[in-house]
Amino acid sequence: MNQHTPRVGLFVTCLVDLMRPGIGFASVKLLEDAGCRVEVPEAQTCCGQPAWNSGDRADTAALARQTIEAFEGFDYVVGPSGSCISQLRKYPQLFADAPEWLARAEKLATRSHELTSFLVDVLGREDVQARFEQPVCYHDSCSGLRELGVKAQPRALLASVTGTALREMPESEVCCGFGGTFCVKYPEISTRMAGDKCASIRASGAPVVLGGDLGCLMNIAGRLRRLGEPVRVYHVAEVLADMADGPAIGEEER
Amino acid sequence: MQSQAHRFKPRAVEALHNETLQQALAKAKGGFIDKRAAAIQEIPDFESLRQRGETIKEHTLAHLDVYLEQFEAQLLRQGGQVHWAEDARDATRVIADICREADAKRILKAKTMAGEEVGLNEALEEAGFEIVETDLGEYIIQLAHEPPSHIIAPAVHKTREEITRLFDRVHHGLEEVRLREVPDLVDEARQVLREKFLSAEVGISGANLLVAETGSVTVVTNEGNADLSMTQPRVHIVIAGIEKLVPTLEDAGTLLRLLGRSATGQAMTAYTSLVTGDRREEDPDGPVEYHVVLLDNGRSRMLAGKYRDMLRCIRCGACMNHCPVYGSIGGHAYGWVYPGPMGAVLTPQFVGLDEAYDLPHACTLNGRCKSVCPVRIPLPDMLRSLRDDQFEARITPARTRWALKLWGWVARRPRLYHLGARLASRLLANLGRGSIQHLPGAGGWTRGRDFPLPQGETFQQAWKRQKEHRGER
Repeated sequence: MNQHTPRVGLFVTCLVDLMRPGIGFASVKLLEDAGCRVEVPEAQTCCGQPAWNSGDRADTAALARQTIEAFEGFDYVVGPSGSCISQLRKYPQLFADAPEWLARAEKLATRSHELTSFLVDVLGREDVQARFEQPVCYHDSCSGLRELGVKAQPRALLASVTGTALREMPESEVCCGFGGTFCVKYPEISTRMAGDKCASIRASGAPVVLGGDLGCLMNIAGRLRRLGEPVRVYHVAEVLADMADGPAIGEEER
Repeated sequence: MQSQAHRFKPRAVEALHNETLQQALAKAKGGFIDKRAAAIQEIPDFESLRQRGETIKEHTLAHLDVYLEQFEAQLLRQGGQVHWAEDARDATRVIADICREADAKRILKAKTMAGEEVGLNEALEEAGFEIVETDLGEYIIQLAHEPPSHIIAPAVHKTREEITRLFDRVHHGLEEVRLREVPDLVDEARQVLREKFLSAEVGISGANLLVAETGSVTVVTNEGNADLSMTQPRVHIVIAGIEKLVPTLEDAGTLLRLLGRSATGQAMTAYTSLVTGDRREEDPDGPVEYHVVLLDNGRSRMLAGKYRDMLRCIRCGACMNHCPVYGSIGGHAYGWVYPGPMGAVLTPQFVGLDEAYDLPHACTLNGRCKSVCPVRIPLPDMLRSLRDDQFEARITPARTRWALKLWGWVARRPRLYHLGARLASRLLANLGRGSIQHLPGAGGWTRGRDFPLPQGETFQQAWKRQKEHRGER
């Protein structure tokens, strides 16, 4: 029987594009291994979240229209970030007065998925071929967790990785203090929250922390390094794609 | 109460450096969260209870005029008197007049956030009355001359050491600290307060709910202090926001179940009193005069606007208990009566978008408040919407607005954007490998965190190269 190959547009996210391309390649590998055809539209830039969260609706709508156009025609839009994907799902809120764009925004919203949730919930994958030789703990990033229900999916996939074990940290569901522009607008509060998160990570006893959003992970990695803690930080996709052999986030070549 | 919301930033930093406050917050936080989690486990379908709570409040707000009239008519029939207060000045004037007519010297007060909102203590003290707070937490902060830092646990920011020192000084005129256990401190406050309970002419309380069908007022406490202030003095005054209404006693029951579990993790608060009018002939006690002051103070304006959902709030404090920002800085940093997420929405309604600029921004939009709110108020959405309002009203600093415009302009030109990303990525990578401690222009980030550097090539760049390579194969 000829099975349909899903055509997936990768929403790579601006942070991954700029800061850690490896997460993008890990996403591509995971999607291709799961039988998808992956394309990366060049017309994508930013999902518009900084503008949306700062009250700039006009610029958000402009970026939303650009993203909608860039990803029209794909079966699915998948991104390695719960935060950016949940922003894509909010686009319909911007076009209450523009029925044509509203319809297009709704189409995009229903086809957009966070990476681990796409693999597990849409494609029904529960295992990946990967090996990771250290125990890990997992930080549940807020947008993915509370807006998209991403909690069990990365854990299910991690359970299939040879050599590792999940050691839950206390308060894995508490915000790390990143919050987009929050972290630079209120650096002292943000640093305190990141410090609390580091304490939770330490309490898990795991030498590695994983998560699904690069923003949070940079915040956590930055605080861990400032505190001189040896815990290593990776995006969960890097571990699942067996591509976590290079330096961790913020780490020099070893 | 005078707003200090414009001083959020410095006050937050101060709070972060206040060691005793940090100890107290760390101790309080876990307790509230764990107790709530355990308490909602006991109800098989807490979600549908939340749904009912939301529906009841929504329905009441949609017909608020009808229920207010019904409440007034019922209360009059029960021998009570109703006063409508448009704003804080109205409310304090009405209450001071009643106290004067009652020839009062000493006034008992059970905790009321509406009372805090209108600055009742200051107004009555200015009018020459002695005010005695009867809620233990409220009594403690009255002695310390501080506003509450939490709506259900006003003195949650104080440690046992601080309270002992306060009691020693005020009750015994002692300066050295004789650290005592909590029950001893409670006993001591009780002794002092009992004296005052017996000698006050007027009692003032807030209301957790107003019941339209019976004209009843519901007050819950864990100390029974509201009941004493309601039954002992000759005159009782209730002050409550008009949004506290529910149609029926059954509705009140639903909301009380939500309130106790969400606030303190109790199935029901220890004392739940329903007061319906003044003393009847056959009653052994109760006030001979009974007044209810219904406070608007901007609520009817909210009812007509996009922050109407906030009027569902039953003041349980679950949002602040679960807010990691509140957990880091406590309530005083928010600068007005209502702290935490609910306060960040409410305060700008009362003191202005401009005066409270920081409050809607001092939130990571992590959504935890929304997930625990017993009446499902979309708090993060409303905080974000306040940012829209500030942007539209040009209250948002010009620098931020221009930065966003510039970013938007570049991000709408993918070729230019990708070129910029390539340059930025290379530039940053040239600063070193791994992380750096100081990134020029990013002091906000690097004050407490290292900055992880990029690898030097953007994903788009590398992907393009790889695709060409794949194509060649």
